Amino acid sequence: MSLLATHDLTAGYGDFQALFGVDIALDEGETIAIIGANGAGKTTLMRSIAGVLRNAPQMVTFEGRQVGALPADEIVGLGIAMVPEGRKLFPSLSVEENLLIGAHGRSGNGYWSLQRIYDLFPILKEKRRVPGTSLSGGQQQMVAIGRALISNPRVLLCDEISLGLAPVVIRDIYAALPQIQEAGAAVIVVEQDIGQAMKVADRVHCMMEGRVTLSGAPSDLSRDAIHNAYFGAAA
Amino acid sequence: MIWIDTIAQGILLGGLYALFAAGLSLVFGIMRLVNLAHGDLIVLGAYLILLVVSILGINPFLAAAIAMPVMFGFGWVLQRLVLNRVLGEDILPPLLVTFGLSIVLQNALLEGFTADSQRVRAGPLETASVDLGAVTLGVMPMLTFASAIVVIVALNQIFYRTALGRAFRATSDDPVTASLMGIKPASVFAVATGIAMIVVTIAALYLGMRSNFDPTIGPARLIYAFEAVIIGGLGSLWGTLVGGIIIGVAQTVGAAINPEWQILAGHVAFLVVLLIKPRGLFPRAYD
Ligand SMILES: Nc1ncnc2c1ncn2[C@@H]1O[C@H](COP(=O)(O)OP(=O)(O)OP(=O)(O)O)[C@@H](O)[C@H]1O
Ligand SMILES: [Mg+2]
Repeated sequence: MSLLATHDLTAGYGDFQALFGVDIALDEGETIAIIGANGAGKTTLMRSIAGVLRNAPQMVTFEGRQVGALPADEIVGLGIAMVPEGRKLFPSLSVEENLLIGAHGRSGNGYWSLQRIYDLFPILKEKRRVPGTSLSGGQQQMVAIGRALISNPRVLLCDEISLGLAPVVIRDIYAALPQIQEAGAAVIVVEQDIGQAMKVADRVHCMMEGRVTLSGAPSDLSRDAIHNAYFGAAA
Repeated sequence: MIWIDTIAQGILLGGLYALFAAGLSLVFGIMRLVNLAHGDLIVLGAYLILLVVSILGINPFLAAAIAMPVMFGFGWVLQRLVLNRVLGEDILPPLLVTFGLSIVLQNALLEGFTADSQRVRAGPLETASVDLGAVTLGVMPMLTFASAIVVIVALNQIFYRTALGRAFRATSDDPVTASLMGIKPASVFAVATGIAMIVVTIAALYLGMRSNFDPTIGPARLIYAFEAVIIGGLGSLWGTLVGGIIIGVAQTVGAAINPEWQILAGHVAFLVVLLIKPRGLFPRAYD
């Protein structure tokens, strides 16, 4: 049985349907990547799993439990943490407070602590007293990742953590991934950068217009297949 | 030196206005809710203290300490059952609901306590004063001012030094992302309103001891509170104190020139500050 799975997941915003029957599964210790063009529904999928968008209970299962209808504040308590698209640091909190709030109301029993986050991203310790939003984009992304890790999640959802960052910064951030996996988190990364996704993921799912159009291990997916899944066969 | 005396009285009066305003400022800062019933809640608190004093025969300060948890609970329930349901993108529904609450409270108090004006008796404290040479200051106004400082320091400690305060600020910044951290915005808001009601009880204590009150005076107190909050810059508690002081000084100076100018002078000072600094004296850096 998978650690986390969606089952014929549909979701949307009001009358607008953004996901049409998405099935993905994540196993213990695994890293999967979700790729797809703008508007494909990647963020909607992440928000549905994280409980920001509520669904029918059976549409999302975690450790065998139906969690699709639970609100975000309960989902994170179960062990699913999200690094949201656009980082979303709290402007009125310092860097350190932004990190600490990730463990709100939970006693941190697990690998990740404030000190471990600082060991992972030493620059954050230097900057711990300044407002989170005064950092550079890459540093803010580190805070957003640390903030999610400090809750010691079983599943970490990363929504476009490389968006808008310079290649060398992206490399630094992805360099943290092995340690995150080692500490016991299964990871879902949403990426527009296909090369990056192929490098880090055990399996890749490509989405188009609210559906998964291609799935497989990176080595099994040809460039043409990805191109078709990404842009549609006609493109 | 009559002017020094006048200004000193005005500064102390500002403490009272800051107390009226602190709860309003707290709630607005956290959930962008303008509570039009804030003044009536202060009056409700004053009646509650009066009730405890007359039933138990204890002094008003003790009575206020008893009233505090009751008011906290009232605020918590009010937020959970009513206000949380109307908070959202649109700021109009909460305005309408708190306006309605104001009317409900006034009428309920009228039913329960009649329209007669009341006072919480504080004994010799009411008239005690200290002669400081140039000025003679009433003990009650000084206590009020000191209480305002204590309230602001305490609220700032909660806000900036505790996990609860961190959750307040995060929820105020972005409730959706806050929920991703395990924070329940609805309960954070309920606790915030509960704390605001404790501050309201302190304001009610001084309102009740310093002047007569009846069920209808809430809205007038609300105006001063509003002006103090807005002059101070929305969301800054020290700014609220400064705003209260400006209005207080303007009122006492106005009254010294001509007793009929007291209220008007406060409002004029409010408008002048807004003309010069439309976002208040200590606005937040972002919004
Ligand atoms: N808050 C919203 N209200 C209405 N429609 C939305 C909302 N958010 C997203 N959508 C729509 O849902 C669809 C899927 O959007 P989503 O954000 O999930 O795409 P995405 O794959 O994450 O895109 P991107 O790569 O640009 O982040 C899009 O058509 C988008 O316009
Ligand atoms: Mg997206």
